Amino acid sequence: MLQMKTHYPDATRVEPSHRRTLAIIVDNEPGVLARIAGLFSGRGYNIESLTVTETEHEAHISRITIVTTGTDSIIQQIKSQLERLVPVHRVVDLTLTGEAVERELCLVKVVGKGDHRVEAMRLASAFGARTLDATLTSFVYELTGTTDEVERFIKLMTAVGLVEVSRTGVAAMARGAEGM
Amino acid sequence: MSEMMTGAEMVIRALQDQGVDHIFGYPGGAVLPIYDALFHQEKVRHVLVRHEQGAVHAAEGYARSSGKPGVVLVTSGPGATNAITGLADAMMDSIPLVCITGQVPTHLIGTDAFQECDTVGITRHCTKHNYLVKSIEDLPRVMHEAFYVAQNGRPGPVVVDLPKDIQFKTGSYVRPLSNQHKTYRPTVKGDIEHIRAAIELMANAKRPVFYTGGGVVNSGPHAATLLRELVRLTGFPITSTLMGLGAYPASDKQWLGMLGMHGTYEANLAMHECDVMINIGARFDDRITGRLDAFSPFSKRIHVDIDPSSINKTVKVDIPIVGDCAHVLEDMVRLWRQGAHQAEKVALKDWWGKIEGWRARNCLGFRNSTETIKPQYAIQRLYELTKDRETYITTEVGQHQMWAAQYFRFEEPNRWMTSGGHGTMGYGLPAAVGAQLAHPNALVIDIAGEASIQMMLQEMSTALQYNLPIKVFILNNEYMGMVRQWQELLHGGRYSQSYSESLPDFVKLAEAYGGVGIRCDNPGDLDAKILEMINVNRPVIFDCLVDKTENCFPMIPSGKAHNEMLLNDYLGETGADIGSVIDEKGKMLV
Ligand SMILES: Cc1ncc(C[n+]2csc(CCOP(=O)(O)OP(=O)(O)O)c2C)c(N)n1
Ligand SMILES: [Mg+2]
Repeated sequence: MLQMKTHYPDATRVEPSHRRTLAIIVDNEPGVLARIAGLFSGRGYNIESLTVTETEHEAHISRITIVTTGTDSIIQQIKSQLERLVPVHRVVDLTLTGEAVERELCLVKVVGKGDHRVEAMRLASAFGARTLDATLTSFVYELTGTTDEVERFIKLMTAVGLVEVSRTGVAAMARGAEGM
Repeated sequence: MSEMMTGAEMVIRALQDQGVDHIFGYPGGAVLPIYDALFHQEKVRHVLVRHEQGAVHAAEGYARSSGKPGVVLVTSGPGATNAITGLADAMMDSIPLVCITGQVPTHLIGTDAFQECDTVGITRHCTKHNYLVKSIEDLPRVMHEAFYVAQNGRPGPVVVDLPKDIQFKTGSYVRPLSNQHKTYRPTVKGDIEHIRAAIELMANAKRPVFYTGGGVVNSGPHAATLLRELVRLTGFPITSTLMGLGAYPASDKQWLGMLGMHGTYEANLAMHECDVMINIGARFDDRITGRLDAFSPFSKRIHVDIDPSSINKTVKVDIPIVGDCAHVLEDMVRLWRQGAHQAEKVALKDWWGKIEGWRARNCLGFRNSTETIKPQYAIQRLYELTKDRETYITTEVGQHQMWAAQYFRFEEPNRWMTSGGHGTMGYGLPAAVGAQLAHPNALVIDIAGEASIQMMLQEMSTALQYNLPIKVFILNNEYMGMVRQWQELLHGGRYSQSYSESLPDFVKLAEAYGGVGIRCDNPGDLDAKILEMINVNRPVIFDCLVDKTENCFPMIPSGKAHNEMLLNDYLGETGADIGSVIDEKGKMLV
């Protein structure tokens, strides 16, 4: 439960908060990411995950995917505040347009011998992870999946010698025939 | 037709093409090429301020009094950082500005070069948009786009940071056919279905009130004309925020006075008891709403705003209308007329009856004195003696600002310039400089406090240099009065650091600058001395020695609702102690 923004120290209204995935289409100009990240920190909003790359090279357009949490009114504010930024074209709440497809990729390095090593291989194949690198004492696995799957994979790998994790954050897209 | 020229020349040419006649600035190493380009032309007049913050406030005063964008030119590093307070002020009060900052040459960016600072980084949060121009090809577009962004949608300051090597580079300048941004297109026309629903709600209202703000002023004089028409057609009462004063004439009988923390009894109670609130161009600021969970508990709310993020930000509304005030007001007037709508006559009569009862409380009444000048009286006299002239008022920040808002009566928009959102002491004097440049023949008065005036005092020198006959009218109470008032309310009257110690002799100070100094400490002399001030055609500092203990009422104390207002006779009536009015929770608020 998060409280509504108020001028007063006590919550005047308590609303349930939800996890939301926003797709933000922006001009890929210098500083655009700083503008967006700064907006979130300056106004006290959460960023759980942020992914960005230029998606249309000729038009210099980037797509930013942000996973955040907030009450409905905070999410509405986040959207309006983002849309107020001059280089932002559009903000779509993918969580609202129906079940969006969400994926993230993680790289996991595990180091170990004997039982741990065997168990790590078994887990990797159970999750369908790919082996990108192997030595006599280590593996680097790649797993693409939902945030939950990635979390579970990492948690299990911790028990068998996980030493390093790198994650991309969420990329997301609405289901169906319609484009953004 | 394209023409070859240097980056510095492009800056000046773009200003000329935008019809800019005055810019406010201060030179330095990183803008010397632009100053050189200025030297070779006469269309754009440069006003040399004495501090970059003053340049920005002057540009704000110019913009707000003329409806045109203000333009600022400052150097890199300290020039840019000195401008920050002004930019933040313009951001909060939605003032259209274009601020050109010099930057170290592109190859030195990031090396901690002399007078380098990350201007776009620092100003990102206090501008509407900013640019670092890294190639001469981008410069013409960026210059014109900056004007578009500053003025369209919700207005605000835009920074163009220009490295010195780009100022020297030669490129081709062509004035873009349109200076629009390639994607930024704010909505100006309101959704007609929402406007229809709003009119329906208004026609059935029993206790309606208009609550208007700076958005009406920003939208232009036409918006104020339409507002007057709609208010008269409906017969509804109207109140406004500090920023909106003048959009509706204070002399009209439907006018309730300003609302909010130091608003009138009738305006705040009308807001508390209304059943339909029509917010036009205001943003439910905390100075207006007071305690949010007790704000206007019985109303359905209509909110017209050009900025969608203002809608439902802190106060939920029933009918949001995103659009420019003038456009929406035009549709509202048309639909009200077309539907031959009539207000609920009987209910409205009862409502006005109630309001008249509140009015009878005469909340701005004060006990005058023949011994000392009451600050309220000083403003009343200032108003009476200047009302028949074309008068522009700016203010500093504090009690004097609130008394000016309460006792000076504004009949026209763009006549009142004050720092509302940011509350910047030091705003008034440079803003007066800007307003006077925009209106050379008008009477421009900065209503000041003795503490605030010392923050941008150096701009007296600017006023002298350009023969700007501005008047600085200081309500000298020898205290940071507003701080003292809060210390009485919150901190047991312990006046920690709020006494204005070692004040200068303001009369001599005025004379030292080459202006005229006038002092008045006696109510009997006040009129004559005010007239003396008005009649000198030179800059004046008027040191008006007022009652040192007077507090500013009515007041909604922090953490309280509109119907828990303190009136100036409140303490006398109840015998209550002023220090016990605000509770522990309220003390945490600002
Ligand atoms: C730059 C800045 N610093 C501090 C404040 C806090 N502040 C608000 S009002 C005030 C006192 C102003 O005193 P004065 O100018 O004498 O006005 P008065 O209240 O006495 O009329 C202060 C310090 C402010 N608003 N701006
Ligand atoms: Mg004072």
